[in-house]
Amino acid sequence: MTYSDEARARLDKDAQRILARYPMKRSAILPLLHLVQSEEGFVSPDGIAFCAETLDVGTAEVSAVATFYTQLRRRPAGEYHVGVCTNTLCALMGGDAIWEALRDHVGVDHHGTTRDGKITLERLECNAACDYAPVVMVNWEYFDNQTPESVKELVDDLRAGKDVTPTRGADKVCTFKEVSRILAGFGDGRANEGPSAGPASLAGLETDGGRKGAAS
Amino acid sequence: MTALTPVLSSRWAEPRSWTLETYESGGGYVALAKALKSAPADVIRVVKDSGLRGRGGAGFATAAKWGYLPPDDGGPRYLVVNADESEPGTCKDVPLLMASPHLLLEGLVIAAYATGVRQAFIYLRGEVVHVHRRLLQALDEARAKGYLGRNILGSGLDLEVTLHAGAGAYICGEETALLSSLEGYRGQPRLRPPYPAVSGLYSRPTIINNVETIASLPGILGRGAAWFASMGTRDAKGHAFFSLSGHVNRPGQYEAPFGITLRELIQAAGGMRPGRRLKFWTPGGSSSELLTVKHLDVPLDHESVGAVGSQLGTRGIQVFDDTACVVRAVARWTDFYRHESCGKCTPCREGTFWLTQVLDRIEKGKGTRADLDRLLETCTSIRGRSLCALGDGATMTIVSSLEHFKAEYAAHIDGHGCPFDPRQTALFSSPGAKEADA
Repeated sequence: MTYSDEARARLDKDAQRILARYPMKRSAILPLLHLVQSEEGFVSPDGIAFCAETLDVGTAEVSAVATFYTQLRRRPAGEYHVGVCTNTLCALMGGDAIWEALRDHVGVDHHGTTRDGKITLERLECNAACDYAPVVMVNWEYFDNQTPESVKELVDDLRAGKDVTPTRGADKVCTFKEVSRILAGFGDGRANEGPSAGPASLAGLETDGGRKGAAS
Repeated sequence: MTALTPVLSSRWAEPRSWTLETYESGGGYVALAKALKSAPADVIRVVKDSGLRGRGGAGFATAAKWGYLPPDDGGPRYLVVNADESEPGTCKDVPLLMASPHLLLEGLVIAAYATGVRQAFIYLRGEVVHVHRRLLQALDEARAKGYLGRNILGSGLDLEVTLHAGAGAYICGEETALLSSLEGYRGQPRLRPPYPAVSGLYSRPTIINNVETIASLPGILGRGAAWFASMGTRDAKGHAFFSLSGHVNRPGQYEAPFGITLRELIQAAGGMRPGRRLKFWTPGGSSSELLTVKHLDVPLDHESVGAVGSQLGTRGIQVFDDTACVVRAVARWTDFYRHESCGKCTPCREGTFWLTQVLDRIEKGKGTRADLDRLLETCTSIRGRSLCALGDGATMTIVSSLEHFKAEYAAHIDGHGCPFDPRQTALFSSPGAKEADA
């Protein structure tokens, strides 16, 4: 394993906290995989070995699990993971046009990473925000109601090192590694940032119930 | 006109609605204190009397599901909240957890008390990082205040809750796949029976409930079964989220009693896009048969939607107007099922692969009339032949779209291409797109 002593000690400490959450230690495999992604930005052979050692299972067992899940990266990728929902609803509401514009603008395709290591693109499946279509996710933060222009500006800002603010999320998008640590179950103190809900979430509260529209 | 009934969403507009302070100021955790003063069996009776049915899609009676737990044998039993919301069109649990995580936690403690559980898990999809932040904080707040942990509110109840992040797999919303994933394996479904209530997590008795189901419990225990049962239809009681997306003027979350109709929901949502007409819609996510303008007045409850050949499912209502190509829509949903098939069962793994090939060539104008029969035959070979409902779900929009819109498939084949302009379906204007020709 090529982790530094310092990194290994830190990972071991976090891993013990993760194991403590479960009655059976193998259940800790997904949070441990998120944890190793927080160290290197992807699930490296070292990461696999670390999980295997921690759980006392073979590396093949860990690889078999890691390759099942789409959030776990098998190779180094960008600091910002930019996903465009191209499932049916978002696709038809404009997600396909956004995807094509973004792909052409950035110059990489599905799962491709820009040469500066900043941006990895992915066509996403439904991310549970259909009422905000078309939806784009950056490091798993919501960017609602997007257009081709708004998304091009978004990636330009990310590549220029500017902070970007999700529609419903923290005050700024954190790096992929930082976000992976939250998914491993360690908060980052940003829970109180951002709104309670976006306008679509509140639509049912604001209707007068009798607003007339052409239903057919 | 059926009135909307915001209950779970009623406090989402308040500042810092996600904090314990805000939640308590609105009467939060009062229902828990009340529930803990009655016997667990009495809590179950209230839930039974309320008529609460699962809000995750299947609509199974919640108290009946709990009732399948075997008698206490002294060993552990588990409660797992299914927060893996991933069904296309479904977008209710994520906003609930972002705005009001304590609503889930209060319901969770009530459910654990009723079912004799001391360890619960929340399986939350990984692709929603801010929801993880809010839930992690809510768990810390609840522990600090004695709503979780040992001897909760002096009742003697001990409960630990673990938030568990998924890592990107639609199939993990299926309850047995979720358990495999939570045990640390690939998220593949298991044969039932045994049902999880008998042999679930770590082969121990396990209850799996959807977020909205659990979040409905504080209201039921606080305001009473009769209050809850006064909403809805004979067989589908209470309030529920109807999530409207697509070509309506104000997409969003509409909490309403079961039995509301799409016509009423579209009116509440400010109508269809100007100059456009409803063409097709999903009542319950993409794993439900497409309905059309003929079904605008169908009461949205499990039985009525079932009677017109579809299913209420998750109430993820995706609305498409007459600019939308049904072949494009169905082909894309089918891509999704192929991508998400876990590969365990051959009919689903291979069948979804073939379906995407055939639909792709039809959409591109390279299909033949024989392909339409091929689609139906392949769907027949998938349906009912796999361990879980993913394969079945893949067939639903295909078969129903061929029933309602066969001419549109034929137009793609005979005209050697798609007759629709994709720019017109988008919610933003694109250069060159024709204006709505109303």
